Amino acid sequence: MPFPSARAMIRNVATLPQLSDDQRVVITGVGLTSPNGNSLAEYRQALLEGRSGVRKYHIRYVGETLAGECNFDDLRYQSRRDVRRGTRAGSIGIYCAREAIADAGVAWEQIDRERVGVYIGVTEHGNVETENEIHEIKAFDYDTKIWSHHHNPRTVANNTAGEITLNMGITGPPYTIGAACAAGNAGVIQATQMLRLGECDLALCGGVSESIRTFGIFAGFASQGALAVHADPARASRPFDRERNGIVVSEGGCLFTLERYADAARRGAKIYGEVAGHAMNSDASDFVMPNPDQQARCVELALKRAGLNAEDIDLVSTHATATASGDIQECAALRRVFGTSRRTLVNNTKSFIGHAMGAAGALELAGNLPSFHDGVVHPTINVEDLDEQCELPGLVLNQPREAQQVRYILNNSFGMLGINSVLIIKQA
Amino acid sequence: MTAEEIRQEVLDILADIAPDEDLSELKDDQSFRQQMELDSMDFLDIVMELRKRHRVQIPEDDYVNLASMSSTVKYLEPLMRDIQKV
Repeated sequence: MPFPSARAMIRNVATLPQLSDDQRVVITGVGLTSPNGNSLAEYRQALLEGRSGVRKYHIRYVGETLAGECNFDDLRYQSRRDVRRGTRAGSIGIYCAREAIADAGVAWEQIDRERVGVYIGVTEHGNVETENEIHEIKAFDYDTKIWSHHHNPRTVANNTAGEITLNMGITGPPYTIGAACAAGNAGVIQATQMLRLGECDLALCGGVSESIRTFGIFAGFASQGALAVHADPARASRPFDRERNGIVVSEGGCLFTLERYADAARRGAKIYGEVAGHAMNSDASDFVMPNPDQQARCVELALKRAGLNAEDIDLVSTHATATASGDIQECAALRRVFGTSRRTLVNNTKSFIGHAMGAAGALELAGNLPSFHDGVVHPTINVEDLDEQCELPGLVLNQPREAQQVRYILNNSFGMLGINSVLIIKQA
Repeated sequence: MTAEEIRQEVLDILADIAPDEDLSELKDDQSFRQQMELDSMDFLDIVMELRKRHRVQIPEDDYVNLASMSSTVKYLEPLMRDIQKV
């Protein structure tokens, strides 16, 4: 997928406010696994062809349900021993990190690994391993002598970033960032800040999710009345549709390499886009119900930081998860910021892959980055009967749409406990 | 279990905890660590799997007996003599 070189980008960047080249941060590599693709090219093609990654899925205690499961080759970058030793989140993270580095074209063997930072967003961590251990000791009448010595290293909150550093010999600062479903954006935001602070020179960042391996997340959403049910798995995740009935839980991962623009330009890197603006805030209003006022506020903060007006945004990648109220709330927030402008197109990626939890924000951004180059906006699929409360003038429904030009993408990601994250990426 | 059956049980456990290793050439009198990539967590896996699969409890002071295949089998023989091979 051809992207402009950093040098070619120079003429295009004058509008960003008050940032020198060593404060500007750019995306130079993408590594991902999603339920419908194990590279950006595969994934983008699936999004343009309307191909869902949701399948029937069985998990203990819950039984038959639906999920998006990834089928990347976990032995590409790990030994079987390391796969066994670590977690699924670790394997997803390692695959994405290695793929991102390869895509970025950095001379990895020559890189000073102490200057590499790792910033991985997760929705939750540790549930998978804890459930496995409890299941195991149940067969031994709950004898805790059977409890694995691997439990603690597998469940510490820094596990995912830690496994990546172990696999790649990275000795720089590693954070695993717990941010519910706002985590993918949060990883990128943390990386941007660390690069600007000079804490690292190259950042691996984004989000991962192993959540389909825990029955608790399915059972929890089901008890909340928020787990999707549909006879046809491909049509189960249907944000904005009147018949939507909840979330399809998915696994996945997407990590970017971020560099300061000056460094990327020096090595002639290809550039997917520039971090033009970002914001995170909190609702401080409810454990699970979103708050459109604070979501709108978060979007406005990101726009302000980018020095942009709402009408400058060409594409909004929504967070909508296909819950009854969540979709309506986000649309209310977007209506507040974007008014009735038809200029800004709006899409949703969960309609294809379900909700990849900690990976969602990063995957949803990645799938839209090629729009900078090809000018095509992938749709929201599975909208057969648009909920009038979700109507937005720029919604791209069911078929891709040619845009005049995509210069700015705004990516929404929101999570439980009222955590909101917004990223604005500028065309290179 | 006979000594040979115990050896096979240990070999099965090693195959699970070190799946990348070729165990066909394993020398019984040489230490595991000289022949395989095994760290302290892997050794604890041997102890744990013996506990899970055969309810054999090995006190920490006895871990030294698990250095090689021959020392492991010798140590386990009295503990596993009455266990039926399944």
